[in-house]
Amino acid sequence: MNRRIWRRTRSGLMVGLVGLAVVLALVPLGLILGHLLVKGAGSLDWAFFTRGPAPTGVEGGGVVHAIVGTLIIVGVASLMGLPVGIAAGIYCAEYPGTRLATATRFVADVMNGTPSIVVGVFAWTWIVAPQKHFSAFAGSVALAFLMVPMVLRTTEEMIKLVPHSLREAALALGYPRWRTSLAVVVRTTLPGIVTGSLLAVARIAGETAPLLFTALGSQFLSTRIDQPMAALPLVVFNYAIGPFEEWHRLAWATALVLILVVLVLSVAARIATRGRFTLRG
Amino acid sequence: MATSTLPERAPAPAPALPLQQRHVGDRVFRLLLTLAAVAVPVLLAFLVLELWLGSRAAIERFGFDFVTSSTWDPVAERFGALPLVVGTLVSSFLALLIAVPLSLGVAIFLTEFAPGWLRQPVAFLIELLAAIPSVVYGLWGIFVLVPFLLRWVFPVLQDWLGFLPFFQGTIYGPSMFSASVILAIMVMPYVMSVSREVLLAVPPSQREAALALGATRWEAVMTAVVPYARSGIVGAVILGLGRALGETMAVTMLIGNRHDISASLFAPGYTMAAAIANEFAEAVADIHLAALSYVALLLFLVTVVVNALARLLIWRVARGVEGGRGA
Repeated sequence: MNRRIWRRTRSGLMVGLVGLAVVLALVPLGLILGHLLVKGAGSLDWAFFTRGPAPTGVEGGGVVHAIVGTLIIVGVASLMGLPVGIAAGIYCAEYPGTRLATATRFVADVMNGTPSIVVGVFAWTWIVAPQKHFSAFAGSVALAFLMVPMVLRTTEEMIKLVPHSLREAALALGYPRWRTSLAVVVRTTLPGIVTGSLLAVARIAGETAPLLFTALGSQFLSTRIDQPMAALPLVVFNYAIGPFEEWHRLAWATALVLILVVLVLSVAARIATRGRFTLRG
Repeated sequence: MATSTLPERAPAPAPALPLQQRHVGDRVFRLLLTLAAVAVPVLLAFLVLELWLGSRAAIERFGFDFVTSSTWDPVAERFGALPLVVGTLVSSFLALLIAVPLSLGVAIFLTEFAPGWLRQPVAFLIELLAAIPSVVYGLWGIFVLVPFLLRWVFPVLQDWLGFLPFFQGTIYGPSMFSASVILAIMVMPYVMSVSREVLLAVPPSQREAALALGATRWEAVMTAVVPYARSGIVGAVILGLGRALGETMAVTMLIGNRHDISASLFAPGYTMAAAIANEFAEAVADIHLAALSYVALLLFLVTVVVNALARLLIWRVARGVEGGRGA
């Protein structure tokens, strides 16, 4: 009798304990978002979005150079990374038994686990070193490299969900295979592919490490892809480790903007497919 | 694909193109897709090649001594990465020590005990942690977490556990311990969501059998569910390790960046990724750059091994349930 009570109590206790783990795990999320809002929201004014950085020691200034920089770097990265990732994903789903599909899928998993700083070193050795100057393009290449495996796997997973009967119906109507793939299979999964792409964009938009010695950062509004360029994550990093209060204020505000971009993209993408994806890569 | 069982020529509406041209379309389509699919392994091979070429000078000069020596002196051009390797391992393991019990607790709660309406939202919120950029963690760490740890956690730990060498000596804000705490928060969503997937894959009959034998709900979980999913959970932990090893920005901002091995967790340290992040853009000597590339190459190799191991373990559990899907 006593033993049964003890076992029941222990069970209840442990359930309470794992419940507590949930609360503990959610605390950092709340704190981070809360601090970003409290410390960052006050600085988001018109000047913040329209001005470049003020001279060191002067109050004010904005991050328009970094906003433009991030748009360009991420845009160019998407132009390179998305088509390759999506096409390779379609290949893996449409010809699943082939040796190439197995190899590509495995390599994509390896790439997914590659630290982004290593990809930065790769882009430096490949592009920056021969050209002998830092460039936004090298940053885009590094980010594109990170996008490919993410988009590849989501595309493949989405296409696998298409029922065989749909494909067979198209083929039975006399569609050639390539039109079946494009007009029926890919088209049905288009929302899913778009979602996967959005998630990938959201993830790389916040990447800092691959840009440190490729895009490098810049104090000026620049649109030249072959030159160093500012980006939001780089601004957060440089201002956060800098010595001035004013910089810290701007770092919080910039981080808030960055996280809003990332969260809006990921949450929108996630809601669109109702939980078919996880946010991790 | 199942298409091979279909007749070559469908009798239905006349195809827009003659058969010959259709084959051309198929071939072009497949060629384009194949190019993209080939590009992926080629890119990775290229990455390895470039890293190797970039670090060749350092490999030839230092060889394997690189990972056993602890002098890092760019001026004298002597480089040893032992403090980086040790720092990477220590911070990652400490992070897992904090993150794993928490993540497993959350995963168990969400799959076994939570009411249905709570499961999705909580899982979503915790996965949201994975969407926060690393640099934002770093910012929050510098200005919120480190002051908090300095004020409330480190002194208490030193009081209680000061007899251990890990908790002795001067307390620094940016330190191995601070970096491990932020790493733990960052790794948690990965470990949580993979172990959750693995636990969800355990067949219900498993827990029903334990409950039918009179086990309490907790006993059912510990005797029937967790052991069944064990290798998958180990896989989830190793996947988290892979993440922790390569994490760069937040660690760089919190670890203190000192090429030093010290027993105290309250002292500054360094990791492989952080050293690359800090020194690469400023390195001028070719041998310094080569040494940093060498570090990158080693880091890459370690993460590949760790991730492959994790995938293998997770795949073994998942295969048992899904019946070997995919090729």
